[in-house]
Amino acid sequence: MKQFLLDGQPVPFADGQSILEAARQAGHYIPSLCWHKDFPAHGSCKLCIVKAAGRHVSACATPAREGWEVESNTPEMNGERRGLLQMLFVEGNHFCPSCEKSGSCELQALGYEYEMLTSRFRHFYPDRPVDASHPDVLLDFNRCIFCELCVRASRDVDGKSVFALTGRGIHKHLVVNAESGRLADTDFSKDDMAAHICPVGVILHKGPGFAVPIGERTYDTSSIRSLKLQEEDS
Amino acid sequence: MSAPARKLRVATTSLAGCFGCHMSFLDIDEHLFELVELIEFDRSPLTDIKEVGPCDIGLIEGGVCNAENVHVLRAFRRNCKTLIALGACAVNGGLPAQRNHLPLSECLREVYQFRPGIANGQIPNDPELPLPLDKVRPIHEVVRIDYFLPGCPPSGPAIWKFLTDLIAGRSPRLTGGLLHYD
Repeated sequence: MKQFLLDGQPVPFADGQSILEAARQAGHYIPSLCWHKDFPAHGSCKLCIVKAAGRHVSACATPAREGWEVESNTPEMNGERRGLLQMLFVEGNHFCPSCEKSGSCELQALGYEYEMLTSRFRHFYPDRPVDASHPDVLLDFNRCIFCELCVRASRDVDGKSVFALTGRGIHKHLVVNAESGRLADTDFSKDDMAAHICPVGVILHKGPGFAVPIGERTYDTSSIRSLKLQEEDS
Repeated sequence: MSAPARKLRVATTSLAGCFGCHMSFLDIDEHLFELVELIEFDRSPLTDIKEVGPCDIGLIEGGVCNAENVHVLRAFRRNCKTLIALGACAVNGGLPAQRNHLPLSECLREVYQFRPGIANGQIPNDPELPLPLDKVRPIHEVVRIDYFLPGCPPSGPAIWKFLTDLIAGRSPRLTGGLLHYD
């Protein structure tokens, strides 16, 4: 079987397989936010950045090649990842203490994983009103990182196309596909795949709230690194 | 840890904070006895000294929401060799910064004029009151900060780990589940 070297360790891969998929399959963790095994690579969050053959590439969107030397878990790459996380944090309004997703949020968990202590840059503090119109689900756009997982799940799996990204560059934002722009005026349901795919705290189910207390949540007790590798095994 | 030749001088303050981080500081419990062997306090709610003097370590809780906060923060920066952002509000503005997407005048009118039960309400305008800033800012957007200790509040054990690392001359590091943003 063909293989490449990831941080000096041989990783086997099948033709067409991405660096990220092959690495995870072989039990090596490369972080990601916008990548999902059920969808084609998106390559927007850039957290899976690696150095392959001397170039920075997204591991999720780059097919593995025989004999490549790939650097991932190095101080340089992890520093780049910390910088990307810091930019994601200042671009939205990520106030963990008042977020229902705190402790189960992948963005926050990666902040812990890469020991991000400060968001370092100047905060944007954008104005993004919430949409509480739907009876079962609340949308808090303040935390959106534009991974498009809800867009893709709603379009490709649920067949509803409830969400879309609109605007360009710094004006990019998530919108709801309804004349009114309100989630209540779509056929969105709490059982949709899109209702369960948000890696951060945008799509929140009304009701559960803090039923699981802070401190006992998914990433409070285990690192995102170990949990993602366990997912791969199951 | 052996006692240093000279006790380190530590100042603490709360800007746009709730004093929760200071309460958490007290949660180091019996370690306080070890700590007083190593440090002495300058300006702090614990001493009631009003102006900060030359210090080794400054701990800042809370973000910057008004002109007085800016003044105090700059005085801390001038006087402290090492300045630390203590807690979520100092690190990213925290809860007070959630007014940032609203115009300040609207916030003030809502609280002092239109709140139910208020008759003839006026926005306070006493010259002694520090002027609020249009946006609440994390402290690193105003002065240079040496270290950041996030959490709402950072736990007692996290504060203890951070301070003991620092006092021992190590780079402070929050490992083993001590790093939390909530």
